[in-house]
Amino acid sequence: MQSNEGAGAAVVIGSRFDWWPLAILAAIMLAAAPFIGSLPTWVTLTVAGLAMGMMIFIMASGLTLVFGLMDVLNFAHGAFISVGAYAGASVLIALKVSLLATGADSTLWSNLAALIPALLAAMAASGALGWFFERVVIRPVYGDHLKQILVTMGGLIVCEQLIDVLWGADQIPVPVPWTLTGALTFGDIAVERYRVFAVVVGAAVFLALWLILSRTRLGLLIRAGVENREMVESLGYRIRRLFVGVFVAGSALAGLGGMMWAMYQGSVTPQMGMQVLVVVFIVVIIGGLGSVGGCFVGALLAGLLANYTGYVLPKLALGSNILLMVLVLLWRPRGLYPVGKA
Amino acid sequence: MADAVANSLLTLAGVHTHISQYHILQGVDFSVARGGLTMLLGRNGAGKTTCLRTVMGLWRASKGAIHCDGRDITHAATPELAHYGVAYVPENMGIFAGLTVRENMLLAARQGPPDDQRLEWIFGLFPAMKKFWNGLAGNLSGGQKQMLAVSRAIVEPRALLLVDEPTKGLAPAMVAAMIEAFRELKSKGTTMLVVEQNFHFARSLGDDVAVMDSGRIVHTGAMAALASDTALQTRLLGLSLETHQ
Amino acid sequence: MLIRLISGDRPRSRVLTALLLAVLIALLAAPFLLPGTRPLNVAAKVAVFIVLVASYDLLLGYTGIVSFAHTMFFGIGGYGVGIAAAKWGTGWGALAAGVVLAVLLSVVLALVIGLLSLRVRAIFFAMITLAVASFFQILASQWSAFTGGEDGINFKLPAALSPGNRLLEEQLWGADITGRTLTYYGVVLGALVLFLALLRIVNSPFGRVLQAIRENEFRAEALGYRTVVYRSVANGIAAVGAAAAGVLYALWLRYTGPATTLSFDIMIDILLMAVIGGMGTLYGAVLGAAIFVVAQNYLQDLMKLASGALEGWPLLPALLHPDRWLLCLGVLFIVCVYYFPNGIVGKLRRN
Repeated sequence: MQSNEGAGAAVVIGSRFDWWPLAILAAIMLAAAPFIGSLPTWVTLTVAGLAMGMMIFIMASGLTLVFGLMDVLNFAHGAFISVGAYAGASVLIALKVSLLATGADSTLWSNLAALIPALLAAMAASGALGWFFERVVIRPVYGDHLKQILVTMGGLIVCEQLIDVLWGADQIPVPVPWTLTGALTFGDIAVERYRVFAVVVGAAVFLALWLILSRTRLGLLIRAGVENREMVESLGYRIRRLFVGVFVAGSALAGLGGMMWAMYQGSVTPQMGMQVLVVVFIVVIIGGLGSVGGCFVGALLAGLLANYTGYVLPKLALGSNILLMVLVLLWRPRGLYPVGKA
Repeated sequence: MADAVANSLLTLAGVHTHISQYHILQGVDFSVARGGLTMLLGRNGAGKTTCLRTVMGLWRASKGAIHCDGRDITHAATPELAHYGVAYVPENMGIFAGLTVRENMLLAARQGPPDDQRLEWIFGLFPAMKKFWNGLAGNLSGGQKQMLAVSRAIVEPRALLLVDEPTKGLAPAMVAAMIEAFRELKSKGTTMLVVEQNFHFARSLGDDVAVMDSGRIVHTGAMAALASDTALQTRLLGLSLETHQ
Repeated sequence: MLIRLISGDRPRSRVLTALLLAVLIALLAAPFLLPGTRPLNVAAKVAVFIVLVASYDLLLGYTGIVSFAHTMFFGIGGYGVGIAAAKWGTGWGALAAGVVLAVLLSVVLALVIGLLSLRVRAIFFAMITLAVASFFQILASQWSAFTGGEDGINFKLPAALSPGNRLLEEQLWGADITGRTLTYYGVVLGALVLFLALLRIVNSPFGRVLQAIRENEFRAEALGYRTVVYRSVANGIAAVGAAAAGVLYALWLRYTGPATTLSFDIMIDILLMAVIGGMGTLYGAVLGAAIFVVAQNYLQDLMKLASGALEGWPLLPALLHPDRWLLCLGVLFIVCVYYFPNGIVGKLRRN
């Protein structure tokens, strides 16, 4: 039995030695094939599942890092997701009118010219909200988990209401850039362009996080801080500043994920953050609180399972995430890749 | 008396510490001579760890003053203390299990990559560090983790070392290695305040000794004097430390 | 004697006592004071939510646990009655059976959740209850054959409680006395009994241990109390309280469904009521529920007027729009968590 120290030890980025969760991921993808029957359908569902998983991962990665490093449970994460989506959508809508950036006669470059500012706006808005939250809402209640849950819950409610005030309660359609719509076809197999885009973005985010955490001094600090905050301070690092940085980064990621999700759905609503929050929490729990690698695998599992069951056992589909959580916790009570402290 | 204070690197005067409703330190007064090794002894629960943590800023002193090298550090933040040259080796070692030995050392070396010569010296004291350089710290044995904790504290020159029970749970051979390491540190002029239960260790290395009981200092003096007075030992520490090998 | 009835938990504030008495009298006299279906509905809802929030306060304020599964137990109570009435007819036996089954299911579920997840940190527990509750919500809205799906279950009560059953030929003090009135008093008296029972529990040695655990878990463990067990039992009691409230509500509405019992909005409302009323006081639940439910029904009319009057101003009409009352409450909630953890009751007691 490989040492629990080893499995838990490679901490935030997932163990180099622990292949089981990845094996299970692959196994599920293979096992679903006979139930689905046809290869084209399997490809469609798998890509859809991976895409969904990637977006959930982007949304959840910030939460798990914040939780692992700062021991803060932030229910308002749902608000960061919504605000990011709304900010990005607003930019896209504004640019759509002025740049003809998203219509059928737009080019890849004009699409990118619209998309990149939108994504950046989403991250900036959520990041700013996150900074405000950390300073004003959460700082007074560090260490008190009960109050944190209550206060961030309240923050979520207030934010959702404010979105309602500023943008209205109705669904607002989001104009998706033309180059991301439609599907790529390989013979019988059709793969939606947007889903490929989502997978690429998600993989890029994971890669970036992994590189930062494993190769940079900052990453070293974060990994050490997740394990033992006091000791990092004793070594001379002002971890408080790190907290703010990680919190803002986590919020920005939530905004990015929210924007991606909004484009996937084609619309934004004030409750979208709250609705996706349950899945985000489940993925964070499955992955192990504080583990980015676990979050990644967990999110992919959740996305794949939701899509497979949606096709094979539709009645089960809505509850598939929760069943997944129960099964994972029965196998590994502390998550797929548990981190240092209990 | 003023002489002693002037020659001390660390001074505690009337320090009280409260942890929730518990009054742990009830007026601690002692000083640590510059360049010397002061042993902090006492029964379990006397408040020795709390003392070190208060100096390091991990617990906040509710009353009193702590000075280091003339500077008032009573309410200084923990990272600041590290910048003043204070290194802390906690009772539970505080190593980062998920990081490699190399990464642990890298983190501790704030001024840049560790000096090669210094590293060679540390490897000489604790060969295991070199052997497991790229291994996960969590996979080390208990004794090796202790050594890593101390290695981290000395990877760069420090003015003051606060060490909490460096030999706890160590096999006698490792205790010897630890004694050797501390001896070499002393020769380099590092001031140290060490909490210890192992009297052999204490007697070999200690210049001065301070004994705590129920949150107060009940005796200070030279180690040699305490070591030769078994009656005093029994009175202060409950049993003759000779038996505490 | 009165003091023993409330288990020695004195209000400790004259204003509070007056307010509590006012609520009690209003509830008892509602059919006569405020004739009409809407006020009576509001009154019944207040009674139900007093029990719902008080049982939540046992968990939140006295044991220090945040759970998001409270609405799930509320729903179990309601569905117990609804499904029993739908499957076994409208007799008293069927009703009783439904109630007993609902309570049993609640206890078992609460204990299982408790023993499995109360060992871990509060945050874990909160997230798990959220997941379990949303699973239950999905189950209730999908399993139409059994639960009536999204539409819920409409059912009839035993004949004695039906509105058509006139107990007195003429009106009494201006109100018709029908089976509806009987049901109303059943709900209010049931709520009163449950509330007094909760008071008894929090003021018992068990209740004091809960508070000790909330204050300092390590110390309680060191003193020999198995905190997991105590917390699980508290979880169970709270669940039973919520289920009982669900039963009362279903009896009043003659309906049960996902929207009235399982929705997350209700969970948020419970949190708001508990915190604004005052955590850890139980009386806070009374004030919180009364203020909240009344405001929910009548304040919105006021706000609509205000919003209309401020037509020309920027932002203000939008902020005062009746839908925004949740925004105001949300802000009030946050303020309470920081500055008034014991809510209104705490503020009254300090003066």
